Amino acid sequence: MEISTANSARFSVDNSHSKALEAHSSPSYGRHSVTEAISYFQDRTCPYHPPSSYRPLREAGPLTHVTFYDGRKVWAVTGHTEARALLSDQRLSSDRQNPAFPIPVERFAALRRVRTPLIGVDDPEHNTQRRMLIPSFSVKRTAALRPEIQRIVDGLLDRMVEQGPPAELVSAFALPVPSMVICSLLGVPYADHEFFEEESRRLLRSRTAEEAEDARIKLEDYFGELIAHKEKNPGDGLLDELIEERLRAGALERDELVRLAMILLVAGHETTANMISLGTFTLLEHPEQLARLKAEEGLMPAAIEELLRFLSIADGMLRVATEDIEIGGQLIRADDGVLFPTSLINRDDATYPSPDELDFGRSARHHVAFGFGIHQCLGQNLARAEMEIALRSLFTRIPDLRLAVPAAEIPFKPGDTLQGMIELPLAW
Amino acid sequence: MRITIDQDVCIGAGQCALTAPEVFTQDDDGFSALLPGREDGAGDPLVREAARACPVQAIKVADD
Repeated sequence: MEISTANSARFSVDNSHSKALEAHSSPSYGRHSVTEAISYFQDRTCPYHPPSSYRPLREAGPLTHVTFYDGRKVWAVTGHTEARALLSDQRLSSDRQNPAFPIPVERFAALRRVRTPLIGVDDPEHNTQRRMLIPSFSVKRTAALRPEIQRIVDGLLDRMVEQGPPAELVSAFALPVPSMVICSLLGVPYADHEFFEEESRRLLRSRTAEEAEDARIKLEDYFGELIAHKEKNPGDGLLDELIEERLRAGALERDELVRLAMILLVAGHETTANMISLGTFTLLEHPEQLARLKAEEGLMPAAIEELLRFLSIADGMLRVATEDIEIGGQLIRADDGVLFPTSLINRDDATYPSPDELDFGRSARHHVAFGFGIHQCLGQNLARAEMEIALRSLFTRIPDLRLAVPAAEIPFKPGDTLQGMIELPLAW
Repeated sequence: MRITIDQDVCIGAGQCALTAPEVFTQDDDGFSALLPGREDGAGDPLVREAARACPVQAIKVADD
């Protein structure tokens, strides 16, 4: 499906691809010339497909180049095998304070000013932080949260059905489900959700570094106060555990805990919210797959993996090389920026036959929607449980769910942030 | 079949326990572990898939 979008193109699409393709045959020009003109990120034209303007990147892969907004050329890894090898290669760094770390959009600069725990540091620092958290996100602990997730989902669906039709799924369901779940897990009062949802949105979607910086500071101030409050009035969330076991013991700095809390909250609700909204839209646009999902009880886990592969909502992970790396006949040099466009990696036809088709019958295992290597998503098992319960309950409760307006009129997010629906008007 | 898990490398992503739940689990600290009595893989064809799913190659599988 190709639909028009309300989103204005963030970058002008360069029409010189055909010219560059001709140049491809010239040996002195090298194969990267094919994609020299392609800027990254571009907006999707259909919310669940990578932008069609990225097509030359797939053809030029498995390693090629793209250009960022500031004119910097970085490697783009589109091959599935190469991506998995490089994402688990410790010579690629996540340290955003490294001056050579690539900046894909202006607002990203806001996150360079501070050391961002987990996602913005390398081992051994990363390892120490991650090990504090993994018991809380294990498969078992996540399974234990299922009844709570189900209660939250049912409560929201009750209200939606009572008040509708129609309903706007993002605000009524897709955002509150993960928001409530992560609040409960961390011990953050859900009453503050309007504040942190808005500031998260500004952090992830504002145009300027100043606005993103302002959002980061507001969120940090919020968590600074929350943690101070919790020290006097302990609760039973993960933040309370970290205060009790780590902060008091001097094993964790206050600033680090504040930023860790912020990362967990933002990553814990924005991502899954997008998967629920875009997943619902995608199911409604693929009625044959939806029917199959409803008919086959045990298909849900495979369907979730396929949706993760197909939608690739975190479409563009970044690293900087700290040493020269030879891969796929190419040489990545120290200080080169490296981009992992997950929507292209997850549609490498050498790994996934007919990759542009949504097919719940396939094995979508080994996709990189959650990343790969030491930074692979900490909350992935929680995300899977939330998606599964949310989608199953939504379509069971409202079997005749449909889009309330034509698909082409529904706004979705621009290319330079997490992909998903801005709104999703539904009827039944 | 011999399965070895390097817990110093494990990041607790839980991919092994998710892929081959008859053989792998996570201990209380969230690290990969083998279920009692399944140390030889119990003939489960998913063991190799689980090793491949591990994002940090913490699992090694060797034939006897």
